[in-house]
Amino acid sequence: MSNAPVDNSRRRFLTAATAVVGGVGAVAAAVPFIKSWNPSEKAKAAGAPVEVDISKLEPGQLLRVEWRGKPVWVVRRTDAVLEEMKANQDKLKDPGSSEVDQQPDYAKNEYRSLKPELLVAVGLCTHLGCSPTYLPGNFSEQVEGMNYGFFCPCHGSKFDMAGRVFKDVPAPLNLVIPPYHFKDDTTILVGVDGGTV
Amino acid sequence: MWRNLLEWIEYRIPMQRVWNMHLAQYPTPVNFNFWYFFGSLAMIVLVNQIVTGIWLTMNYVPSAEGAFASIEYIMRDVEYGWLLRYMHSTGASAFFVVVYLHMFRGLIYGSYQKPRELLWLFGMFIFLALMAEAFMGYLLPWGQMSYWGAQVIISLFGAIPVIGDDLTLWIRGDYVVSGATLNRFFALHVIALPLVLVVLVFLHLVALHEVGSNNPDGVDIKRPKGSVADEDKPKFKFHEYYTSKKDIIDAAPFFPYFVVKDLIGIGVFLFFFAWVIFFNPEMGGFFLEPPNFEAANPLKTPEHIAPVWYFTPFYAILRAIPHKLGGVIFMGLAIVVLALLPWLDRCKVRSIRYRSGFHKLNIAQFSVSFIALGILGALPATDTYTLFARIFTFLYFAFFVLLWFYSKNENTKPVPARLTR
Repeated sequence: MSNAPVDNSRRRFLTAATAVVGGVGAVAAAVPFIKSWNPSEKAKAAGAPVEVDISKLEPGQLLRVEWRGKPVWVVRRTDAVLEEMKANQDKLKDPGSSEVDQQPDYAKNEYRSLKPELLVAVGLCTHLGCSPTYLPGNFSEQVEGMNYGFFCPCHGSKFDMAGRVFKDVPAPLNLVIPPYHFKDDTTILVGVDGGTV
Repeated sequence: MWRNLLEWIEYRIPMQRVWNMHLAQYPTPVNFNFWYFFGSLAMIVLVNQIVTGIWLTMNYVPSAEGAFASIEYIMRDVEYGWLLRYMHSTGASAFFVVVYLHMFRGLIYGSYQKPRELLWLFGMFIFLALMAEAFMGYLLPWGQMSYWGAQVIISLFGAIPVIGDDLTLWIRGDYVVSGATLNRFFALHVIALPLVLVVLVFLHLVALHEVGSNNPDGVDIKRPKGSVADEDKPKFKFHEYYTSKKDIIDAAPFFPYFVVKDLIGIGVFLFFFAWVIFFNPEMGGFFLEPPNFEAANPLKTPEHIAPVWYFTPFYAILRAIPHKLGGVIFMGLAIVVLALLPWLDRCKVRSIRYRSGFHKLNIAQFSVSFIALGILGALPATDTYTLFARIFTFLYFAFFVLLWFYSKNENTKPVPARLTR
């Protein structure tokens, strides 16, 4: 036992220094627990491109394929559908596809596709991720004067046949167009751009 | 001999003291009515959920490949598996029934007012933990509703600016809701959140016993020391912890008087509970939703998806706002304003019995709005329904705004000096 007088400022400093070092340690210890929630290497590696055979796709038909666990739609649009889309652009939030992230550059055009008659889109609503329902011929219940479109059953968002979102619905953005290209006339490869292969 | 044993124990751990302080000599207002059943009922349901939950994990397989089949296995092949599962699924809905009624009791009798603000806040945290627990449990059967419900709720976090997309990725642990999501939800549902819930319930009770129960008259049963004449004091012995600081009036010990009363409530509750389990476990698609009898299919959302009934009021608010972030914010605010009630209500009178006609009207419209939102949230989104949902969302929030304005100088009735019988 020493009889030296108590040095309060020294005590305070040592207490604070210990608390800070301990706090840093606690934060560092939290890192593995937080990081372990990130997608695993296995999950990151999954997601190979998907080949889609469209030789039997009828006009107006929608084909659903799985790419990276998400539904991807391939729809053969008729001329009537393309006309209807053109005539109703004023009802859309972003008719010109100005949001860069929602489609590759080669799909930033009038029909958001490589070929006007073929729509390829990720079928997940940009609101909260439900898969909208394709309404061929009975879309007019949702949008007056339009017969074709997609309606999200979860929160009522509406999209036209290029996956463009209508005004006054909860979804903020157009549907995502995945990277894709035509391997030949009847085969689409979803997941990779044409130029890179 | 027996006495010596008790003393031996008491010297080492305060069993009798806790028993007396919190049960046998705990002062409880004598005018408790049926509204006061729901707290103890919530505890009974919590125990039911924990016990049946433990038994369900003995046969459930937490993986995207095995989950759905293991539920079928529990339902068909495990002895009494169907009963354990129905007790658990019905218990989930029953939990929300009793918790909503418990919260409503607090609302009408002003039980959130000073000095019970923290008690109310702990209750709100229990409500939040319960919602998280229910949501994560609902993913486990890996049916269509499980899958798309989780997809929607996790996507809510995506509405947060800047970090939203990374956050949803982190929560899911994959680019879509997948087996990784299922496994972590399982871990949270069976270990993490139940622990949080039990701790919060403990704190809720500690806070309750410190400030004491409110009652239907909203009149304090704890009076300043020396203000109550001896002949007015109840003939019961209350613990020194309470009587040394205050005089107690119009009270009886929790044990045995209110334990017996609560047993009546539990009996009636179990009647309804058993009826649902044995005769109506799906409850017309509200307790167990039909699309969930189909295994999860990531390519196709069911035609009409709605959350389980206890989330529908908040879901209706989410849908009513035609803006992604706005909808999420308002849904969150709907719960935050509830937590702020102790500070939004500036009236000194607690019970609805002695408050103004306008307050009664406001509570009535709030109840109607909440139920209407609940109904609308279960229905498909049409233009008419969306309009209604917007009106009721407005009224829901109007309750709190109006309350703040009129409660300051409210035209209240005289409050009785003692509890009425």
